[in-house]
Amino acid sequence: MAVPNFETTIGLEVHVELKTNSKAMSPSPVGYGAEPNQNTNVIDWGYPGVLPQANQGALEYGMMAATALHADITRDLHWDRKNYFYPDNPKAYQITQQQKPIGQKGWIDVELENGTKRIGITEMHVEEDAGKNTHGTDGYSYVDLNRQGTPLIEIVSEPDMSTPDEAYAYLEALRQAIQFTGISDVKMQEGSMRVDANISIRPVGSKEYGTKVELKNLNSFNYVRKGLAFEEDRQAKIYLAGGTIQQQTRRFDETTGETVLMRVKETADDYRYFPEPDLSPVHISDEWVAKVADALPESAPERRKHYVEDLGLEPYDAKVLTQTLEMSNFFDATVAAGANPKRAANYLMGDVNAYLNEKQVDLQDTALTPDHLAEMIKLIDDGTISTKMAKRVFTAITKGEDPAEFVEANGLKQMSDPAELQPIIDEILDNNEQSIIDFHNGKDRAVGFLVGQIMKATKGNANPGVVNQLLMTSLQDRKPE
Amino acid sequence: MDFLHTDLETLHQQLVDKEITATELVEATLANIDATDPEYAAFLTVMKEEALVAAKAQDEAGIDADNVLSGIPYGIKDNIVTDGVKTTAASRMLENFVPIYDATVVEKLRDAGAIGVGKLNMDEFAMGSTTETSYFKKTKNAWNTAKVPGGSSGGSAAAVASGQIPYALGTDTGGSVRQPAAFNGLVGMKPTYGRISRWGVIAFASSFDQVGVLSRTVKDNAHVLSALAGVDSKDQTSSEQVVPDFAADLTTDLTGMKIAVPKEYLGRGVSEEVKATIMAGLETLKSLGATVHEVSLPHTKYGVAAYYILASAEASSNLQRFDGIRYGFRAENVKNLDDLYVQTRSQGFGDEVKRRIMLGTYSLSAGSYDAFFKKAAQIRTLMINDFKKVFADYDLIVAPTAPNVAYDFGENSDDPEITYMNDVLTIPVNMAGLPGMSVNAGFANDLPVGMQFIGDQFQEAKLYQAGYAFEQATKLYEKTPGGAK
Repeated sequence: MAVPNFETTIGLEVHVELKTNSKAMSPSPVGYGAEPNQNTNVIDWGYPGVLPQANQGALEYGMMAATALHADITRDLHWDRKNYFYPDNPKAYQITQQQKPIGQKGWIDVELENGTKRIGITEMHVEEDAGKNTHGTDGYSYVDLNRQGTPLIEIVSEPDMSTPDEAYAYLEALRQAIQFTGISDVKMQEGSMRVDANISIRPVGSKEYGTKVELKNLNSFNYVRKGLAFEEDRQAKIYLAGGTIQQQTRRFDETTGETVLMRVKETADDYRYFPEPDLSPVHISDEWVAKVADALPESAPERRKHYVEDLGLEPYDAKVLTQTLEMSNFFDATVAAGANPKRAANYLMGDVNAYLNEKQVDLQDTALTPDHLAEMIKLIDDGTISTKMAKRVFTAITKGEDPAEFVEANGLKQMSDPAELQPIIDEILDNNEQSIIDFHNGKDRAVGFLVGQIMKATKGNANPGVVNQLLMTSLQDRKPE
Repeated sequence: MDFLHTDLETLHQQLVDKEITATELVEATLANIDATDPEYAAFLTVMKEEALVAAKAQDEAGIDADNVLSGIPYGIKDNIVTDGVKTTAASRMLENFVPIYDATVVEKLRDAGAIGVGKLNMDEFAMGSTTETSYFKKTKNAWNTAKVPGGSSGGSAAAVASGQIPYALGTDTGGSVRQPAAFNGLVGMKPTYGRISRWGVIAFASSFDQVGVLSRTVKDNAHVLSALAGVDSKDQTSSEQVVPDFAADLTTDLTGMKIAVPKEYLGRGVSEEVKATIMAGLETLKSLGATVHEVSLPHTKYGVAAYYILASAEASSNLQRFDGIRYGFRAENVKNLDDLYVQTRSQGFGDEVKRRIMLGTYSLSAGSYDAFFKKAAQIRTLMINDFKKVFADYDLIVAPTAPNVAYDFGENSDDPEITYMNDVLTIPVNMAGLPGMSVNAGFANDLPVGMQFIGDQFQEAKLYQAGYAFEQATKLYEKTPGGAK
């Protein structure tokens, strides 16, 4: 809730875990669910004598993020060490890009109710993640270094957001932009996307920013919005009571929806940054930049443009289809397999989405394939099956069954052949003289009745379009004298 | 037996001809270490079982006739990790540390058939010039046991000079191979930065550290460097430069070789005896066909100060991993996590290491970075440029390795600044990442004087060529500690 007479300044720091096969500085695998310390080696332990082995893929992912966020790629860079002691940080330094971040001066457009706003991105840098400390009930603390060295990209925004809703919209846009590059899963619930927020307020018209407060433990976009809204309000109350805002780090409490003091920052942390001497400086050539740009998948806005202009979809539909990379990729593959784009879009937004919601699964975790969906759509379009029958076929393809084989095996094939249908229609008409008279007397109901009889006789397999056409011709032919 | 009167090629021929087996050679080596090491205190760990197993394997497989190192013992400075063999860096912090992998240099020598017989004493974490900062023992100079062996690779130098082993691995961050080689009348090569993989070398200062070789003769040294050098995917600062056979084509003729002598390296602080020995050495080089001219390396005077800032800064970060959490020493009876860090590091590190950690931490701190670390890095660039100018016109630089010959134990321990100044002639080579080699040039007060050859990047072959011609002209390697006493 915006507070009257104050304006709010928000900047966000977003950490995104990169989906490389191996860690940023060692050949250990990256992955979830392994036994503690299973995905580690001597490098991850900070063992005596080891050296980092910089993963070129992580750097390329950083270049992809920079490109997707319209940032300048730093061509001559080196790694830096950020020094601090903690058990989950075995070398007691983190390898990062403090002086030469991979991307600088980027931006992203976010959609707000009253239009589009461009949010600046100060810089983004590649770095390695820390491990995890846990405190056991047995009085011991445990260190799991599986996550140690997982490549991250930290994206630092300009303080360009002035409401919690804008922060929310920025995160949505950022998540989508990163997701469409394919470099990260960007899932808050799995920790592959993490958000810290900086917020300050100041009286309207004041030239100087207010004292900023850092918010942590923001585990969903909603919590970001709630935490910022609470903080706006808290700070305004302090101002209005004549107090001063203290520079603090606060954590968001999910149960109360409030922010709680973690620590007061009196002096800035001194991380004693200096250039990492174990890794040579890196030069990024024009060729390398071009290669990475070529490998970058189309962004969501690019895809929307293509859907509307080339495939004739409605802008709203294009937006829905590009909400996730999986959906958009699935749609593209379905169309590439020969499906009518409009029908493919309708299925994905309708039956497929409903199915995903019902089962609470992600598209890529289902048995559905673009080929099967495209095949089903083609069967509808060529009249082999009715849209009504397609419901059963859809259920079958969600189980991974081949649509054509399913239709064949279950006798769902529509009767569309006039030579096959005409004798049935003739027989029905022979037995319903009164209906013919009624039709010619202008009683349209008679048609409905006759179609019903035909469908009944064909066990619902008759193609309604063909039946209608044949029936009308036959009725005209049988006009009573 | 000792190794004072034979070289690697001769030993290798004896093994190939089955005049002696690798097992016999290793047994004799171990017996000699047992007999002499109480006097020299060069070894921290003798790898008796491992060496005998390796020797037996060599004998069974047959000595590789093409590989001059096969079947021959050598020693390893104790900051180079060895799989299953205690590696301490001469620190209480790693007193009982047994690594689970081999350094690349150890792996390469094993592949060449060389047999590691032990781990050698050193200054704690390679910080020192006398080997006196070792937590465990005081190694003696092989020529006079009342004198320091130099450092930090003092154990490596004493073991080779006393004939315990034919060659040893050292590491050189600011002179730690060349200075103890000089103090012990040996050949000590610190190759170009990046020439040898640092994987498995317990880091002191990463942008300076380089593995080096201590041997009796230039040719022995060249053979070992050929086996050690080359790019390694585990060390991304290692170089892809082609590795020549350094021991091939060495001649005694230096005709056309242009030698530069920097006036700053023969100035105040260098003893008269050392100066005189080097001047005589230069005459010998001239007689072999080289030309000698004086040049200037004007930023030399800032070298020691800049080095101690940069190297200590890197060390302060590199040594943070010794925190008592995962391996090595851990203090008992601690109150909380911070106390665990403080107590472990206060008790586990010696004074010299703590001094450098404090110096380095200070120079990286937010308020001092620009005035210290950044300024020192700028000086480093100026020193690199000084060398570049000289090497545009000259093949080699020749200078003393150290200002003095080996001195008494405890002589400089009260004033680290004086000890640090002893490195003034070796530090610039590490600052610029160049190859440098010390060769014995004669004696002063019955103690060896080292002459240092410095080359441009990856020009080790020129160093070996000049050193070999000099050595063949003087035959100083035929003098042994026993003979000089």
